[in-house]
Amino acid sequence: MAAYETQGFKLDNSGKRVVVDPVTRIEGHMRVEVNLDANNVIRNAVSTGTMWRGLEVILKGRDPRDAWAFTERICGVCTGTHALTSVRAVEDALAIKIPENANSIRNIMQLTLQAHDHLVHFYHLHALDWVDVVSALKADPKATSALAQSISPWPNSSPGYFRDVQNRLKKFVESGQLGPFMNGYWGNPAYKLPPEANLMAVTHYLEALDFQKDIVKIHTIYGGKNPHPNWLVGGVPCAINVHDTGAVGAVNMERLNLVSYIIDRTIEFIDQVYIPDLLAIASFYKGWTHGGGLSSKSVLSYGDIPDKANDYSAANLMLPRGAIINGDLTRVHEVDLRDPTQVQEFVDHSWFKYEGGNSVPGKGLHPWDGETVPHYELGKNAKGSKTNIQQIDEGGKYSWIKAPRWKGHAMEVGPLARYIIGYVQKKPEFKEPVDMVLKKLDLPLPALFSTLGRTAARGLEASWAAHKMRYFQDKLMANLKAGDLSTANIEKWEPSTWPAETKGVGFTEAPRGALGHWVRIKEGRIDNYQCVVPTTWNGSPRDSKGQIGAFEASLMNTPVAKADQPLEILRTLHSFDPCLACSTHVMAPDGAELTKVRVR
Amino acid sequence: MNQDADYACDTLILGIGNLLWADEGYGVRALERLHQGWRFRPGVRLLDGGTQGLYLLPYVENCRRLLIFDAVDYGLPPGTVKVVRDGDVPAFMGARKMSLHQTGFQEVLAVAGLRGWQPEAIVLIGVQPEVLEDYGGSLTATVKARLPEALALALEHLRAWDAGPEPRTTPPAERITLDALDLTPYETQRPSAAQACRLGDGRFLGGAA
Repeated sequence: MAAYETQGFKLDNSGKRVVVDPVTRIEGHMRVEVNLDANNVIRNAVSTGTMWRGLEVILKGRDPRDAWAFTERICGVCTGTHALTSVRAVEDALAIKIPENANSIRNIMQLTLQAHDHLVHFYHLHALDWVDVVSALKADPKATSALAQSISPWPNSSPGYFRDVQNRLKKFVESGQLGPFMNGYWGNPAYKLPPEANLMAVTHYLEALDFQKDIVKIHTIYGGKNPHPNWLVGGVPCAINVHDTGAVGAVNMERLNLVSYIIDRTIEFIDQVYIPDLLAIASFYKGWTHGGGLSSKSVLSYGDIPDKANDYSAANLMLPRGAIINGDLTRVHEVDLRDPTQVQEFVDHSWFKYEGGNSVPGKGLHPWDGETVPHYELGKNAKGSKTNIQQIDEGGKYSWIKAPRWKGHAMEVGPLARYIIGYVQKKPEFKEPVDMVLKKLDLPLPALFSTLGRTAARGLEASWAAHKMRYFQDKLMANLKAGDLSTANIEKWEPSTWPAETKGVGFTEAPRGALGHWVRIKEGRIDNYQCVVPTTWNGSPRDSKGQIGAFEASLMNTPVAKADQPLEILRTLHSFDPCLACSTHVMAPDGAELTKVRVR
Repeated sequence: MNQDADYACDTLILGIGNLLWADEGYGVRALERLHQGWRFRPGVRLLDGGTQGLYLLPYVENCRRLLIFDAVDYGLPPGTVKVVRDGDVPAFMGARKMSLHQTGFQEVLAVAGLRGWQPEAIVLIGVQPEVLEDYGGSLTATVKARLPEALALALEHLRAWDAGPEPRTTPPAERITLDALDLTPYETQRPSAAQACRLGDGRFLGGAA
């Protein structure tokens, strides 16, 4: 590749190549290769999904009412979101209307997932990119207590409390069994927090673990089964019984009150622990403005959380819907998932082929007409072999992720995209918290377009989701009290009531971003099923025009302090909360000829 | 409000793995079979853990004894059933190369330890998988044939733990997984290889090209 320019980035792959593989600590398989210039600044970035998935094809011929049960098993992180998207797609295809109660309960489950996922991501998966656990051992518990009390009224903040946690941590580290802390680059100069802030963050990490188990109980109560909740085409599979007589196993007042109690605690924890921690940590990294990538140029959200049931118009969706392109922050474009010219997937640089082979460069397919046919070949400049790749050639096919585009544009999706769109639409619920954070940190608006901005948007959204859980729980209770106990519409349950051929699309805003399932049903069975998942958008490879995806763009121009400890790369990629199990369609290769970093 | 009560049990029997990846489904399928054939006394919980990582933490740290079914790469001949106990369990769960969730459950055990969980006993009834790279596939005949042995070993421990296993005379009212994922429809409704690519590993795809 000669140097070239795309989307405002100058790509140059002439410098030293560094391979980071795998990138995620959880689900999935992802590899990144970057070129560093003489000053260790990233001048080219290549993101590869190294695993074939093909969920679409194993659904062929199955009962569409069961599709959610399979999609729920794709991975262990956003089970419920896939299930919800799936039942919405089938309901859309069959024109099934769901009851109001079902809409409220589904929203509560989806918002619970948002709050839970964001919280776990921040403390369990992302905090270690900012927090030096080993440094926490050096903290003065008294000073830690003073710091905690200065930023939040949260009661667990005495010096003795922090000392106790520090002692437990010490014992744990000394046991040599680092577990979740194994992959940290402790002592790396890119860590900026003083020991006290590190100890506070580690302590809250432990509290968050304690707390997350309460939040997910909502899934058990409304989903009937944990950790794999039940879903139902036509509504929710949970009967409600407000009089404590009648159906055994129905959700009763005691359970409804428990949900209410958990919601209050969720709001409290996020607003008194998560948000203050986020602001405190961010205040030490204000100078680290990297990682913005496509966020200031092209962002996309399908919208979610319908206020009233069955109305999926932008006006009825509480999470914003729309697209921003070409960096024009004055205009939000309308998004239509049925329009064959809007969402399209390309495979020029993906290990797939479309009907007719690769003879048509730049051929995009709308998901209803999508094809998932694997075609594994390396570009001619790749190093190594098909079974042991040393270096990817981004000039050829290089990823198991397809390249989705919106009207031809590579897009970023996720909490930051949602907040930018809500901000541009001047929705107070999204604009005011962003302005509050910027003001508290004394930063200008462009600071939002960064790794930190992405991490901050996720925290704000967790708080938003928790408060909206309260809204829908109240709405549900009011509706129940008014005598409406309906939770499912089974009028069209029997395939004999379906048209011979039909198609539908279901969408949600998953914690990681826009998620869509497109289904075609023929003679009562699934004829085609395509999922375009958030990490497909963000982890997208190049297209035939050379446009780079959101992960790739986010790494551009970032300086790396130590090439063999790519903390900066991980920090930015983790800020997307990447989940590769469902976006890639296995194996990371072995061998270490180049500067190659293995991350656990 | 004591919420841990909802998670509490004295013996947790956990099946983990992704049932969409052939022998990776061993843990869940073994649990399913145990549930179909046996009843236990109150206080014993059977849980389909799937690939859920941290979601399993509350169940794990609220039990005193933990029995896990999982496919493990021991480097032994395919189908070999091997039992690992207590402190050795985490290391073995990290031994596998191709799992989608290995860090997930290893971390659950580590985090539970950090949080002060001190179980009386952990037993892993592992099996060496034969095939993982078969997306949408079921257990291989090799692994399926060893299920009775795995169950017998599990029952031996469960009896010693006083979990009171009794053979069922009628099928259980509720399934462990969902009807759609039950072994028979899962296997019989699978699309053909011509319709649906079944390969999972880039190396195999490369070899086939």
